[in-house]
Amino acid sequence: MADGRKEPKSKYTLDRGMPGAFEGETVTRRHLMNLTAQGAGVVAVAAFALPALGFAAGSALFDRPPATWSPVGPPEDFSPDSYVPRVITAQHGIGQVGKTTAYVRRFNPEIDSPPNPPGIDNEFIALSTRCMHLGCPVRYIQAAQRFVCPCHGGVYDFRGDVEGGPPVRPLDHFYTRVSNGQVEIGPRYSVNSEFRRFPSYRDPGEDLDGIGQYIYPGRFSTPKKD
Amino acid sequence: MKLPLPPVPDALKPKPKRPGEAERVHPLDQVKEAGVATVDWVDERTSLSGGLRWVMFRKVPKGTNWFYTLGSASLFAFLSQAVTGVFLAMYYDPSITNAYESTRHLTNEVFLGEFVRGMHRWGSSVMVILVFLHMARTFFFGAYKYPRELNWIIGVVLLILTMTMSFTGYLLPFDQRSYWATVVGVNINGTGPLVGPFLSDFLRGGAEFGSTTLSRFYAIHMLLVPGGIAAMIGAHLYLVTRLGTTAPPWLRAKRSDEDAV
Repeated sequence: MADGRKEPKSKYTLDRGMPGAFEGETVTRRHLMNLTAQGAGVVAVAAFALPALGFAAGSALFDRPPATWSPVGPPEDFSPDSYVPRVITAQHGIGQVGKTTAYVRRFNPEIDSPPNPPGIDNEFIALSTRCMHLGCPVRYIQAAQRFVCPCHGGVYDFRGDVEGGPPVRPLDHFYTRVSNGQVEIGPRYSVNSEFRRFPSYRDPGEDLDGIGQYIYPGRFSTPKKD
Repeated sequence: MKLPLPPVPDALKPKPKRPGEAERVHPLDQVKEAGVATVDWVDERTSLSGGLRWVMFRKVPKGTNWFYTLGSASLFAFLSQAVTGVFLAMYYDPSITNAYESTRHLTNEVFLGEFVRGMHRWGSSVMVILVFLHMARTFFFGAYKYPRELNWIIGVVLLILTMTMSFTGYLLPFDQRSYWATVVGVNINGTGPLVGPFLSDFLRGGAEFGSTTLSRFYAIHMLLVPGGIAAMIGAHLYLVTRLGTTAPPWLRAKRSDEDAV
Protein backbone atom coordinates (compact mmCIF):
# COMPACT_ATOMS: atom_id res chain seq x y z
CA MET A 1 0.00 0.00 0.00
CA ALA A 2 2.90 2.30 0.67
CA ASP A 3 3.89 2.57 -2.98
CA GLY A 4 0.20 2.68 -4.04
CA ARG A 5 0.22 6.34 -3.15
CA LYS A 6 3.01 7.15 -5.51
CA GLU A 7 1.47 5.53 -8.58
CA PRO A 8 -1.52 7.41 -9.97
CA LYS A 9 -4.65 5.34 -9.54
CA SER A 10 -6.49 4.17 -12.60
CA LYS A 11 -9.84 5.85 -13.12
CA TYR A 12 -11.44 2.48 -13.82
CA THR A 13 -12.75 0.66 -10.77
CA LEU A 14 -11.95 -2.64 -12.43
CA ASP A 15 -8.26 -1.80 -12.65
CA ARG A 16 -8.24 -0.84 -8.99
CA GLY A 17 -9.44 -4.30 -8.06
CA MET A 18 -12.66 -3.21 -6.40
CA PRO A 19 -15.06 -6.05 -5.60
CA GLY A 20 -18.08 -6.06 -7.90
CA ALA A 21 -16.49 -3.63 -10.38
CA PHE A 22 -17.42 -4.02 -14.01
CA GLU A 23 -16.02 -3.03 -17.35
CA GLY A 24 -15.77 0.74 -17.96
CA GLU A 25 -17.06 1.77 -14.52
CA THR A 26 -15.41 5.00 -13.29
CA VAL A 27 -17.73 6.22 -10.54
CA THR A 28 -17.17 4.29 -7.36
CA ARG A 29 -20.18 3.29 -5.30
CA ARG A 30 -18.92 5.37 -2.40
CA HIS A 31 -18.66 8.38 -4.69
CA LEU A 32 -22.14 7.77 -6.06
CA MET A 33 -23.68 7.48 -2.60
CA ASN A 34 -21.88 10.62 -1.53
CA LEU A 35 -23.27 12.60 -4.46
CA THR A 36 -26.75 11.14 -3.92
CA ALA A 37 -26.82 12.04 -0.23
CA GLN A 38 -25.52 15.57 -0.82
CA GLY A 39 -27.85 16.06 -3.76
CA ALA A 40 -30.77 14.99 -1.59
CA GLY A 41 -29.67 17.57 0.97
CA VAL A 42 -29.57 20.31 -1.66
CA VAL A 43 -33.03 19.33 -2.89
CA ALA A 44 -34.40 19.32 0.67
CA VAL A 45 -32.98 22.79 1.43
CA ALA A 46 -34.18 24.17 -1.90
CA ALA A 47 -37.63 22.72 -1.23
CA PHE A 48 -38.15 25.10 1.67
CA ALA A 49 -35.75 27.94 0.84
CA LEU A 50 -36.94 28.71 -2.69
CA PRO A 51 -40.65 28.92 -1.84
CA ALA A 52 -39.80 31.04 1.21
CA LEU A 53 -37.75 33.46 -0.90
CA GLY A 54 -40.44 33.59 -3.56
CA PHE A 55 -43.02 34.24 -0.86
CA ALA A 56 -40.95 37.13 0.54
CA ALA A 57 -40.08 38.78 -2.76
CA GLY A 58 -42.60 37.57 -5.35
CA SER A 59 -45.72 39.55 -4.56
CA ALA A 60 -43.62 42.61 -3.69
CA LEU A 61 -41.97 42.61 -7.12
CA PHE A 62 -44.75 41.30 -9.38
CA ASP A 63 -48.17 41.97 -7.87
CA ARG A 64 -49.80 45.26 -8.77
CA PRO A 65 -53.11 46.42 -7.36
CA PRO A 66 -55.82 47.03 -9.97
CA ALA A 67 -56.18 50.58 -11.26
CA THR A 68 -58.75 52.57 -9.31
CA TRP A 69 -60.38 55.86 -10.24
CA SER A 70 -61.28 58.34 -7.49
CA PRO A 71 -63.79 61.15 -8.18
CA VAL A 72 -62.47 64.52 -6.96
CA GLY A 73 -65.28 66.91 -7.91
CA PRO A 74 -67.10 68.45 -10.89
CA PRO A 75 -65.05 70.01 -13.72
CA GLU A 76 -66.11 73.55 -12.66
CA ASP A 77 -63.97 73.20 -9.53
CA PHE A 78 -60.72 73.42 -11.47
CA SER A 79 -59.17 76.39 -13.28
CA PRO A 80 -56.18 76.49 -15.64
CA ASP A 81 -54.32 79.03 -13.48
CA SER A 82 -54.21 77.43 -10.06
CA TYR A 83 -54.07 74.06 -8.42
CA VAL A 84 -56.68 72.58 -6.09
CA PRO A 85 -55.46 69.97 -3.58
CA ARG A 86 -57.52 66.78 -3.46
CA VAL A 87 -56.97 63.85 -1.11
CA ILE A 88 -57.38 60.49 -2.78
CA THR A 89 -57.05 56.97 -1.46
CA ALA A 90 -54.14 55.28 -3.18
CA GLN A 91 -54.45 52.12 -1.13
CA HIS A 92 -57.64 50.91 0.49
CA GLY A 93 -58.05 49.36 3.92
CA ILE A 94 -55.05 50.87 5.71
CA GLY A 95 -56.49 54.15 6.97
CA GLN A 96 -54.59 57.41 6.77
CA VAL A 97 -51.43 55.76 5.48
CA GLY A 98 -53.14 54.80 2.24
CA LYS A 99 -54.14 58.38 1.41
CA THR A 100 -52.20 60.73 -0.82
CA THR A 101 -52.70 64.26 -2.12
CA ALA A 102 -53.01 65.28 -5.77
CA TYR A 103 -52.90 68.84 -7.09
CA VAL A 104 -55.46 69.20 -9.87
CA ARG A 105 -55.94 71.89 -12.51
CA ARG A 106 -57.38 72.28 -15.97
CA PHE A 107 -55.18 71.77 -19.03
CA ASN A 108 -53.66 75.09 -20.11
CA PRO A 109 -52.76 75.14 -23.84
CA GLU A 110 -50.52 78.17 -23.35
CA ILE A 111 -48.03 76.42 -21.09
CA ASP A 112 -48.73 72.71 -21.39
CA SER A 113 -47.18 70.74 -24.19
CA PRO A 114 -49.76 68.95 -26.33
CA PRO A 115 -50.75 65.60 -24.88
CA ASN A 116 -48.62 62.71 -26.01
CA PRO A 117 -50.13 60.33 -26.96
CA PRO A 118 -53.34 62.28 -27.66
CA GLY A 119 -56.22 61.46 -25.37
CA ILE A 120 -54.22 61.46 -22.16
CA ASP A 121 -54.35 64.48 -19.87
CA ASN A 122 -56.05 66.61 -22.47
CA GLU A 123 -58.52 68.15 -20.05
CA PHE A 124 -57.18 67.99 -16.52
CA ILE A 125 -53.73 67.70 -15.08
CA ALA A 126 -53.17 66.06 -11.71
CA LEU A 127 -49.75 66.17 -10.08
CA SER A 128 -48.54 63.91 -7.29
CA THR A 129 -47.20 65.58 -4.14
CA ARG A 130 -44.35 63.07 -3.97
CA CYS A 131 -41.12 65.09 -4.22
CA MET A 132 -38.88 63.53 -6.84
CA HIS A 133 -35.81 63.90 -4.67
CA LEU A 134 -36.61 61.34 -1.95
CA GLY A 135 -40.38 61.29 -1.61
CA CYS A 136 -41.36 63.96 0.92
CA PRO A 137 -44.69 65.72 0.30
CA VAL A 138 -44.43 69.00 -1.66
CA ARG A 139 -46.80 71.93 -1.13
CA TYR A 140 -48.14 74.28 -3.78
CA ILE A 141 -47.73 77.98 -3.01
CA GLN A 142 -50.03 80.07 -5.18
CA ALA A 143 -48.27 83.41 -4.51
CA ALA A 144 -45.07 82.03 -5.98
CA GLN A 145 -46.78 79.60 -8.36
CA ARG A 146 -44.26 77.03 -7.24
CA PHE A 147 -44.20 73.65 -5.52
CA VAL A 148 -41.83 73.59 -2.56
CA CYS A 149 -40.54 70.57 -0.67
CA PRO A 150 -39.95 70.98 3.09
CA CYS A 151 -37.28 68.29 3.42
CA HIS A 152 -34.33 69.30 1.27
CA GLY A 153 -35.53 72.41 -0.54
CA GLY A 154 -36.67 71.09 -3.89
CA VAL A 155 -38.57 73.68 -5.97
CA TYR A 156 -40.86 72.96 -8.96
CA ASP A 157 -42.45 75.46 -11.34
CA PHE A 158 -46.16 75.69 -12.17
CA ARG A 159 -45.99 72.75 -14.58
CA GLY A 160 -44.21 70.61 -12.01
CA ASP A 161 -40.84 70.87 -13.73
CA VAL A 162 -37.74 71.05 -11.52
CA GLU A 163 -36.60 74.61 -10.94
CA GLY A 164 -34.16 74.20 -8.09
CA GLY A 165 -32.78 71.89 -5.45
CA PRO A 166 -31.98 68.19 -5.62
CA PRO A 167 -35.01 66.62 -7.42
CA VAL A 168 -34.04 64.63 -10.49
CA ARG A 169 -37.22 64.86 -12.56
CA PRO A 170 -40.58 66.67 -12.68
CA LEU A 171 -43.41 65.73 -10.34
CA ASP A 172 -45.28 62.54 -11.20
CA HIS A 173 -48.68 62.82 -12.88
CA PHE A 174 -51.93 60.94 -12.44
CA TYR A 175 -54.11 59.89 -15.34
CA THR A 176 -57.35 61.89 -15.35
CA ARG A 177 -60.74 61.43 -16.96
CA VAL A 178 -64.25 62.81 -16.68
CA SER A 179 -66.90 60.30 -15.79
CA ASN A 180 -70.50 60.84 -14.60
CA GLY A 181 -69.90 64.58 -14.38
CA GLN A 182 -66.92 64.12 -12.07
CA VAL A 183 -63.23 64.52 -12.66
CA GLU A 184 -61.59 61.21 -11.74
CA ILE A 185 -57.99 60.53 -10.82
CA GLY A 186 -56.45 57.24 -11.83
CA PRO A 187 -53.03 55.56 -11.66
CA ARG A 188 -49.75 57.44 -11.43
CA TYR A 189 -47.16 57.80 -14.16
CA SER A 190 -43.74 59.41 -14.28
CA VAL A 191 -42.36 61.96 -16.73
CA ASN A 192 -38.81 62.93 -17.59
CA SER A 193 -37.57 66.49 -18.00
CA GLU A 194 -39.07 66.62 -21.53
CA PHE A 195 -42.42 65.51 -20.07
CA ARG A 196 -42.18 62.19 -21.86
CA ARG A 197 -44.52 59.72 -20.21
CA PHE A 198 -43.25 56.60 -18.39
CA PRO A 199 -46.35 54.51 -17.67
CA SER A 200 -44.55 52.37 -15.09
CA TYR A 201 -44.00 55.02 -12.47
CA ARG A 202 -40.58 55.14 -10.89
CA ASP A 203 -39.69 55.84 -7.30
CA PRO A 204 -38.40 59.28 -6.34
CA GLY A 205 -34.70 59.84 -6.84
CA GLU A 206 -34.62 57.84 -10.05
CA ASP A 207 -33.50 59.99 -12.95
CA LEU A 208 -35.32 59.32 -16.23
CA ASP A 209 -33.16 61.36 -18.63
CA GLY A 210 -30.37 59.86 -20.70
CA ILE A 211 -28.91 56.77 -19.09
CA GLY A 212 -31.32 57.06 -16.14
CA GLN A 213 -34.19 55.50 -18.09
CA TYR A 214 -32.10 52.35 -18.56
CA ILE A 215 -30.45 52.01 -15.16
CA TYR A 216 -33.79 52.52 -13.41
CA PRO A 217 -35.98 49.96 -15.16
CA GLY A 218 -39.74 49.96 -14.76
CA ARG A 219 -41.63 47.42 -12.72
CA PHE A 220 -42.46 44.04 -14.19
CA SER A 221 -46.13 44.87 -14.37
CA THR A 222 -48.08 48.03 -13.73
CA PRO A 223 -51.78 48.69 -13.56
CA LYS A 224 -53.40 49.30 -16.91
CA LYS A 225 -55.02 52.63 -17.52
CA ASP A 226 -58.49 51.10 -17.33
CA MET B 1 -13.82 43.99 64.69
CA LYS B 2 -16.26 41.16 65.04
CA LEU B 3 -19.95 42.01 64.93
CA PRO B 4 -22.21 40.28 67.45
CA LEU B 5 -24.30 37.51 65.87
CA PRO B 6 -28.04 38.07 65.67
CA PRO B 7 -30.08 36.08 68.19
CA VAL B 8 -30.77 32.60 66.81
CA PRO B 9 -33.46 30.25 68.18
CA ASP B 10 -32.06 27.27 70.06
CA ALA B 11 -33.42 24.78 67.53
CA LEU B 12 -31.25 26.32 64.80
CA LYS B 13 -28.08 26.62 66.85
CA PRO B 14 -25.35 24.17 65.94
CA LYS B 15 -25.38 21.36 68.43
CA PRO B 16 -22.15 20.36 70.14
CA LYS B 17 -20.57 17.21 68.87
CA ARG B 18 -21.38 14.06 70.79
CA PRO B 19 -18.59 11.86 71.93
CA GLY B 20 -17.70 9.22 69.36
CA GLU B 21 -19.65 10.93 66.60
CA ALA B 22 -18.07 11.47 63.19
CA GLU B 23 -17.16 15.00 62.08
CA ARG B 24 -20.37 16.81 61.13
CA VAL B 25 -20.58 18.35 57.68
CA HIS B 26 -21.34 22.03 57.80
CA PRO B 27 -24.48 22.93 55.74
CA LEU B 28 -22.45 25.47 53.75
CA ASP B 29 -20.00 22.74 52.79
CA GLN B 30 -22.91 20.56 51.73
CA VAL B 31 -24.16 23.29 49.41
CA LYS B 32 -20.66 23.77 48.00
CA GLU B 33 -20.35 20.03 47.47
CA ALA B 34 -23.67 19.90 45.64
CA GLY B 35 -22.58 22.73 43.36
CA VAL B 36 -19.27 21.08 42.55
CA ALA B 37 -21.05 17.78 41.91
CA THR B 38 -23.48 19.45 39.47
CA VAL B 39 -20.71 21.20 37.57
CA ASP B 40 -18.76 17.93 37.46
CA TRP B 41 -21.83 16.10 36.17
CA VAL B 42 -22.21 18.57 33.28
CA ASP B 43 -18.48 18.73 32.57
CA GLU B 44 -18.13 14.95 32.47
CA ARG B 45 -20.77 14.82 29.74
CA THR B 46 -19.77 17.92 27.73
CA SER B 47 -16.11 18.71 28.46
CA LEU B 48 -17.19 22.34 28.58
CA SER B 49 -14.47 23.31 31.04
CA GLY B 50 -11.79 22.84 28.40
CA GLY B 51 -13.56 25.23 26.02
CA LEU B 52 -14.20 27.66 28.84
CA ARG B 53 -10.52 27.63 29.78
CA TRP B 54 -9.66 28.16 26.11
CA VAL B 55 -11.88 31.24 26.01
CA MET B 56 -11.20 32.75 29.43
CA PHE B 57 -7.53 32.06 30.16
CA ARG B 58 -5.81 33.52 27.13
CA LYS B 59 -2.48 35.22 26.82
CA VAL B 60 -2.95 38.95 26.56
CA PRO B 61 -0.27 41.19 25.09
CA LYS B 62 1.52 43.80 27.10
CA GLY B 63 -0.02 47.26 26.83
CA THR B 64 -3.62 46.05 26.71
CA ASN B 65 -5.70 49.02 27.84
CA TRP B 66 -9.22 50.35 28.21
CA PHE B 67 -9.66 50.73 24.42
CA TYR B 68 -9.74 46.94 24.25
CA THR B 69 -13.05 46.91 26.12
CA LEU B 70 -14.99 48.56 23.27
CA GLY B 71 -15.75 45.20 21.67
CA SER B 72 -17.27 43.82 24.87
CA ALA B 73 -19.12 47.11 25.28
CA SER B 74 -20.66 46.66 21.82
CA LEU B 75 -21.58 43.10 22.73
CA PHE B 76 -23.32 44.23 25.90
CA ALA B 77 -25.12 47.00 24.01
CA PHE B 78 -26.43 44.28 21.68
CA LEU B 79 -27.48 42.10 24.62
CA SER B 80 -29.32 45.03 26.18
CA GLN B 81 -31.07 45.71 22.86
CA ALA B 82 -32.02 42.05 22.57
CA VAL B 83 -33.48 41.81 26.08
CA THR B 84 -35.39 45.10 26.00
CA GLY B 85 -36.54 44.34 22.45
CA VAL B 86 -38.00 40.98 23.43
CA PHE B 87 -40.05 42.61 26.16
CA LEU B 88 -41.13 45.53 23.97
CA ALA B 89 -42.47 42.94 21.52
CA MET B 90 -44.85 41.74 24.23
CA TYR B 91 -46.75 45.04 24.05
CA TYR B 92 -46.10 46.20 20.49
CA ASP B 93 -48.57 45.50 17.68
CA PRO B 94 -47.08 45.83 14.17
CA SER B 95 -50.41 46.54 12.45
CA ILE B 96 -50.63 49.69 10.39
CA THR B 97 -53.63 51.04 12.29
CA ASN B 98 -52.49 50.00 15.76
CA ALA B 99 -48.71 50.43 15.80
CA TYR B 100 -48.71 54.06 16.94
CA GLU B 101 -51.42 53.43 19.53
CA SER B 102 -49.65 50.37 20.98
CA THR B 103 -46.38 52.33 21.16
CA ARG B 104 -48.15 55.16 22.95
CA HIS B 105 -49.77 52.67 25.32
CA LEU B 106 -46.54 50.87 26.21
CA THR B 107 -44.71 54.18 26.66
CA ASN B 108 -47.28 56.04 28.72
CA GLU B 109 -49.34 53.45 30.52
CA VAL B 110 -47.34 50.26 31.03
CA PHE B 111 -45.31 50.11 34.25
CA LEU B 112 -41.66 50.99 33.44
CA GLY B 113 -42.65 51.17 29.77
CA GLU B 114 -41.07 54.55 29.18
CA PHE B 115 -37.86 53.34 30.80
CA VAL B 116 -37.58 50.09 28.87
CA ARG B 117 -38.49 51.75 25.57
CA GLY B 118 -36.02 54.52 26.38
CA MET B 119 -33.27 51.96 26.96
CA HIS B 120 -34.02 50.41 23.58
CA ARG B 121 -34.38 53.73 21.78
CA TRP B 122 -31.24 55.37 23.19
CA GLY B 123 -29.40 52.07 23.41
CA SER B 124 -29.58 51.78 19.65
CA SER B 125 -27.61 55.00 19.28
CA VAL B 126 -25.19 53.85 21.96
CA MET B 127 -24.65 50.60 20.08
CA VAL B 128 -23.92 52.40 16.79
CA ILE B 129 -21.47 54.73 18.55
CA LEU B 130 -19.72 51.86 20.35
CA VAL B 131 -19.46 49.82 17.15
CA PHE B 132 -17.87 52.80 15.40
CA LEU B 133 -15.42 53.41 18.26
CA HIS B 134 -14.56 49.70 18.25
CA MET B 135 -13.91 49.89 14.52
CA ALA B 136 -11.79 53.01 14.96
CA ARG B 137 -9.76 51.27 17.68
CA THR B 138 -9.18 48.29 15.40
CA PHE B 139 -8.16 50.57 12.56
CA PHE B 140 -5.83 52.87 14.45
CA PHE B 141 -4.18 50.00 16.34
CA GLY B 142 -3.66 48.15 13.06
CA ALA B 143 -5.51 45.18 14.51
CA TYR B 144 -7.11 44.38 11.12
CA LYS B 145 -3.81 43.16 9.66
CA TYR B 146 -2.73 39.58 8.99
CA PRO B 147 -4.00 37.18 10.26
CA ARG B 148 -7.07 39.10 11.38
CA GLU B 149 -8.42 40.32 8.02
CA LEU B 150 -11.36 37.93 8.12
CA ASN B 151 -12.37 39.25 11.51
CA TRP B 152 -12.36 42.78 10.07
CA ILE B 153 -14.64 41.59 7.27
CA ILE B 154 -17.01 39.96 9.75
CA GLY B 155 -16.93 43.22 11.70
CA VAL B 156 -17.96 45.16 8.59
CA VAL B 157 -20.88 42.75 8.11
CA LEU B 158 -21.82 43.37 11.75
CA LEU B 159 -21.66 47.13 11.18
CA ILE B 160 -24.00 46.84 8.18
CA LEU B 161 -26.38 44.62 10.15
CA THR B 162 -26.36 47.16 13.01
CA MET B 163 -27.25 49.91 10.54
CA THR B 164 -30.05 47.71 9.15
CA MET B 165 -31.37 47.34 12.68
CA SER B 166 -31.37 51.12 13.14
CA PHE B 167 -33.12 51.66 9.82
CA THR B 168 -35.84 49.05 10.31
CA GLY B 169 -36.40 49.91 13.98
CA TYR B 170 -36.91 53.58 13.18
CA LEU B 171 -40.21 52.86 11.42
CA LEU B 172 -41.78 50.85 14.23
CA PRO B 173 -43.19 53.66 16.46
CA PHE B 174 -45.05 54.68 13.30
CA ASP B 175 -45.30 58.40 13.95
CA GLN B 176 -44.86 61.07 11.28
CA ARG B 177 -41.10 61.12 11.71
CA SER B 178 -40.79 57.33 11.34
CA TYR B 179 -43.06 57.28 8.33
CA TRP B 180 -41.33 60.00 6.33
CA ALA B 181 -37.84 58.91 7.36
CA THR B 182 -38.65 55.44 6.03
CA VAL B 183 -40.11 56.84 2.80
CA VAL B 184 -36.86 58.75 2.30
CA GLY B 185 -34.68 55.79 3.33
CA VAL B 186 -36.41 53.34 1.00
CA ASN B 187 -36.12 55.83 -1.86
CA ILE B 188 -32.40 56.21 -1.20
CA ASN B 189 -32.16 52.42 -1.63
CA GLY B 190 -34.08 52.85 -4.87
CA THR B 191 -31.43 55.10 -6.40
CA GLY B 192 -29.00 52.18 -6.73
CA PRO B 193 -28.67 51.43 -10.42
CA LEU B 194 -30.50 48.39 -11.88
CA VAL B 195 -31.23 46.59 -8.60
CA GLY B 196 -32.31 49.70 -6.66
CA PRO B 197 -35.93 49.87 -7.87
CA PHE B 198 -36.47 46.19 -7.11
CA LEU B 199 -34.78 46.50 -3.72
CA SER B 200 -37.14 49.27 -2.69
CA ASP B 201 -40.15 47.28 -3.90
CA PHE B 202 -38.88 44.35 -1.84
CA LEU B 203 -38.48 46.53 1.26
CA ARG B 204 -41.94 48.09 0.90
CA GLY B 205 -43.60 44.83 -0.07
CA GLY B 206 -44.95 46.55 -3.18
CA ALA B 207 -44.88 49.70 -5.25
CA GLU B 208 -46.45 51.80 -2.50
CA PHE B 209 -45.81 52.13 1.19
CA GLY B 210 -48.61 49.93 2.51
CA SER B 211 -49.88 47.50 5.06
CA THR B 212 -47.11 44.96 4.45
CA THR B 213 -44.29 47.48 4.82
CA LEU B 214 -44.59 47.74 8.58
CA SER B 215 -44.85 43.98 9.22
CA ARG B 216 -41.95 43.40 6.82
CA PHE B 217 -39.76 45.89 8.67
CA TYR B 218 -40.84 44.35 11.97
CA ALA B 219 -39.91 40.83 10.84
CA ILE B 220 -36.56 42.02 9.51
CA HIS B 221 -35.94 44.00 12.69
CA MET B 222 -36.77 41.33 15.24
CA LEU B 223 -36.18 38.00 13.49
CA LEU B 224 -33.92 38.18 10.46
CA VAL B 225 -31.19 40.61 11.44
CA PRO B 226 -30.81 39.74 15.17
CA GLY B 227 -30.24 36.11 14.19
CA GLY B 228 -27.60 37.22 11.72
CA ILE B 229 -25.95 39.49 14.27
CA ALA B 230 -25.86 36.74 16.90
CA ALA B 231 -24.30 34.29 14.45
CA MET B 232 -21.75 36.85 13.26
CA ILE B 233 -20.83 37.77 16.85
CA GLY B 234 -20.21 34.07 17.47
CA ALA B 235 -17.81 33.91 14.51
CA HIS B 236 -16.20 37.21 15.56
CA LEU B 237 -15.54 35.99 19.10
CA TYR B 238 -14.28 32.62 17.88
CA LEU B 239 -11.67 34.35 15.75
CA VAL B 240 -10.68 36.71 18.57
CA THR B 241 -10.12 33.71 20.82
CA ARG B 242 -8.35 31.75 18.11
CA LEU B 243 -6.00 34.55 17.03
CA GLY B 244 -5.65 36.54 20.24
CA THR B 245 -5.51 40.30 20.50
CA THR B 246 -2.81 42.61 19.20
CA ALA B 247 -0.42 44.71 21.22
CA PRO B 248 -0.89 48.46 20.85
CA PRO B 249 1.20 49.94 18.01
CA TRP B 250 3.44 51.97 20.33
CA LEU B 251 4.92 48.77 21.75
CA ARG B 252 7.71 47.43 19.56
CA ALA B 253 8.34 43.73 19.31
CA LYS B 254 11.65 42.81 20.92
CA ARG B 255 14.14 40.81 18.94
CA SER B 256 15.43 37.83 20.90
CA ASP B 257 19.01 39.18 20.82
CA GLU B 258 17.78 42.41 22.39
CA ASP B 259 16.64 40.58 25.50
CA ALA B 260 20.13 40.44 26.88
CA VAL B 261 20.64 44.18 26.62
